[in-house]
Amino acid sequence: MTTNIDRPGRGSGPVLDIENLKVTFATDGGDVFAVKDVSLEVNPGEVVAIVGESGSGKTVTAKTILGLLPETATSQGAVLINGNNVITVSAAKLRQIRGRDVAMVFQEPSTALNPVYTVGWQIAEGIRAHADTGSGNKISAKEAKTRAIEALRKVGIPDPETRVNYYPHQFSGGQKQRVVIAAALALNPGLIVADEPTTALDVTVQAEILELLRDLRDKYGTSIVLITHNMGVVADLADRVVVMYQGDVVEEAPARVLFAEPKQDYTKKLLAAVPHLGRNSASEGMTERAHQGGKVLVEAKNLTIEYPGRLGSPAFKAVDGVSFTVSEGEVFGLVGESGSGKTTIGRAIAGLNRTTGGSLKVLGYEMLNYKERTFKPLRKEIGFVFQDPAASFNPQLTIGDCVAEPLIIHSKPTPAEARKRVGELLESVQLPASYADRFPHELSGGQRQRASLARALILNPKLLIADEPTSALDVSVQAVVLELFKEIQQEFGFAALFISHDLAVVDMLSHWVGVLYKGKMVEQGLGNQVMGNPQHNYTKKLIASLPVPDPDEQARRREAFKAVLHS
Amino acid sequence: MNATTVSGRKQPLIYRLPVISHFRTSVGLQRGMLVTGLVLSALFLLTAVFAPLIAPYGYAQLSDAAGTFPAQQPPSPAHIWGTTVSGYDVFSRVIWGAQTAAVVIIVAVAMSIFLGVALGLISGYFGGWLDRMLVVIADAIYAFPSLLLAIVMSIVISHGQSSFWGGIVACSISISVVFVPQYFRVIRAETIRLKAEPYVESAKVVGASSIRIMGRHIFKNATRTLPLIFTLNASEAILTLAGLGFLGFGIEPSSAAEWGYDLNKAIADASSGIWWTGIYPGTAIVLTVLGLTLVGESMNDLNDPRLRGRKKAGSKKAPAGPVPTAGAQAATEAESSSS
Repeated sequence: MTTNIDRPGRGSGPVLDIENLKVTFATDGGDVFAVKDVSLEVNPGEVVAIVGESGSGKTVTAKTILGLLPETATSQGAVLINGNNVITVSAAKLRQIRGRDVAMVFQEPSTALNPVYTVGWQIAEGIRAHADTGSGNKISAKEAKTRAIEALRKVGIPDPETRVNYYPHQFSGGQKQRVVIAAALALNPGLIVADEPTTALDVTVQAEILELLRDLRDKYGTSIVLITHNMGVVADLADRVVVMYQGDVVEEAPARVLFAEPKQDYTKKLLAAVPHLGRNSASEGMTERAHQGGKVLVEAKNLTIEYPGRLGSPAFKAVDGVSFTVSEGEVFGLVGESGSGKTTIGRAIAGLNRTTGGSLKVLGYEMLNYKERTFKPLRKEIGFVFQDPAASFNPQLTIGDCVAEPLIIHSKPTPAEARKRVGELLESVQLPASYADRFPHELSGGQRQRASLARALILNPKLLIADEPTSALDVSVQAVVLELFKEIQQEFGFAALFISHDLAVVDMLSHWVGVLYKGKMVEQGLGNQVMGNPQHNYTKKLIASLPVPDPDEQARRREAFKAVLHS
Repeated sequence: MNATTVSGRKQPLIYRLPVISHFRTSVGLQRGMLVTGLVLSALFLLTAVFAPLIAPYGYAQLSDAAGTFPAQQPPSPAHIWGTTVSGYDVFSRVIWGAQTAAVVIIVAVAMSIFLGVALGLISGYFGGWLDRMLVVIADAIYAFPSLLLAIVMSIVISHGQSSFWGGIVACSISISVVFVPQYFRVIRAETIRLKAEPYVESAKVVGASSIRIMGRHIFKNATRTLPLIFTLNASEAILTLAGLGFLGFGIEPSSAAEWGYDLNKAIADASSGIWWTGIYPGTAIVLTVLGLTLVGESMNDLNDPRLRGRKKAGSKKAPAGPVPTAGAQAATEAESSSS
């Protein structure tokens, strides 16, 4: 292997060439054709995004590039990296290719790093693994460390000489992702496969990682295969876009062209479904807060919620002096990043968390030191929609049983009455009444979330708490569910606390929006005012970080918001 | 995946039963293991049920119309597996021993499963001081060697020796003392895991009572692993019973046949070249335990999608061998010629 230094393929010809790739999985229900016929090329210094919904085969394609498929998969076709066909090469050869020619950045940085080794060790591991395959002489531990420090510096970790000895838990989420990228870069591969590299990160951190990836391409000419479902990320970073649907490539075009004039119906549908900040706002045209005449259903005054700390460490304040009100018929949107306390507030209102200070009145009942027995009668006035529709249904019960449960507990109807009411509710969330006999796993994600909405509404509650109800769903499904939510809210007229990390989604539904940051409510106001004219620095940063699904507009925003992002 | 979720609404009950569903999903070596285990276990159960028909003599019979049985006789047409030092027919004792073992398994597991599951649910769901106390007790029981505990229990309950049912109950209770903590722990761990599941929280938000949540939402989902522990515990129960019998704390030979007791009496025979009194009861224990363990282990593997073997994808089209690589080869050639 004398070709180690001047690598073939770089600078001439494509770095990655996939031809007629087919991947089949053996499952209990027979063979599943995950990838049917995919061909694509990645040129040096190019960022190619593979987009698609869950089940489109995009991650399987990415894993094939590194030969990471499980044993149950059979792949056919060719995946050529610098002339080596990954599908047919020997295990030893594959090990050489991995890391040196192609590296991977995983979705969840906190699980991609081993918690018991220092990050420096983990970066050096790749360097040392490839040392003796090259010129024959081993790399000393010291040299490997020097190169690990170098890699950390490349990805913008401050003070890399010290931090090379840190353990993963000493880094924040975004920094961990930087470390993962540093490990991928350690051997200077020509191609990086990034599988949803920003999905697990907050939107402000996402902006930083996207900028880092853009820098890598510009400075080192690294090609990137970006797997994502987020059209904003695609618009921000990609040169070329490959749209996949059910294992097939539907459309392939330069990013600008694809966003400007999508050719295939599926692509058009996909793009139309992406929520776009500022369009379709629920508070459009409003100038003052609506529904203020009605009864106040939720009133928080200086609400504080603490989680007890471990022995010796102080309690953790998840919610710190938050005040707000939700009136009858009003949709209150609560936005914030992970750890901002938004979910804690929602759970406290439903009596799933205890409040520790201030006052939280739900339907006139003081939640501080509440007793389950006295709060129980009020529970029928509160509906709750959970984040993950798959997990919020008992897998052993039919959809009908699950939806009817609140009814059975509170009003003890006859089976026929219950069945009738369940049928009505399912139809109002646009599911056939016959779905009552199905089991949760027999429904798709969107259908399950609608059933979840039906369960929350079966007792005609005055207040609905929706905790990230669409974040586990695909974009196109999310659009339909949000539309349905909006219609039903207008029809039933319940008040809602809508919790989400996605500004655009919150803006679509809420009249009044509150922005949470580290447990504090930093800003609240009419949806269109908060989004259009943010006052607080954090809100500004949040809005600036949100990539919009339009490459040109996104490039403009990137320039315009540079100052805000680095503040 | 699509086939099961879209077409079949719900499979018939018979296909969803533990062992049968496992059999249907198994392939290759795993199926072989499961089948071997099932055949051995079925053989054991059938022998137990039809013992009165199979065994030529009673378990405590010492003579028939032809007179008293000779002692320590090698296998012969009259006594196909020979006789013991006391003059019992080995074949009949082994067959009747299966019945004793089966009854003890059923009684012991039934006693421990109900108590263990109920305690596990309550302890896991409510937590607090009750949970801590029960866990400490379970840990304390774990700290004792199980056989020692069984011996103590058998002395307490029946003063060492007793009649058929007295002996069975004594053995079963001593075994269940060891097993209750096992069921308790498994169910408690599952309950604690399920307690945080959104569907349990959703039931809480709706206002369901604790009893309803435990019975309707947690119990059914927590019992998935029970068939597995059941089979593994059944084999352990046989070993404990045999151990008790071997040490002389089992059931009197005149009350029931018991493999461990027979093994004990065969110790002296081994050195004088009398192999048949020890080999047969010993083999019976080995085969029964092996059968039950194989069933349990293969159920364990089949329950876990990652351990479960599957037919290779696209195996129906396997004869079309070189087709898939043709494109790849052409591509490699093109690539190598260009570089």
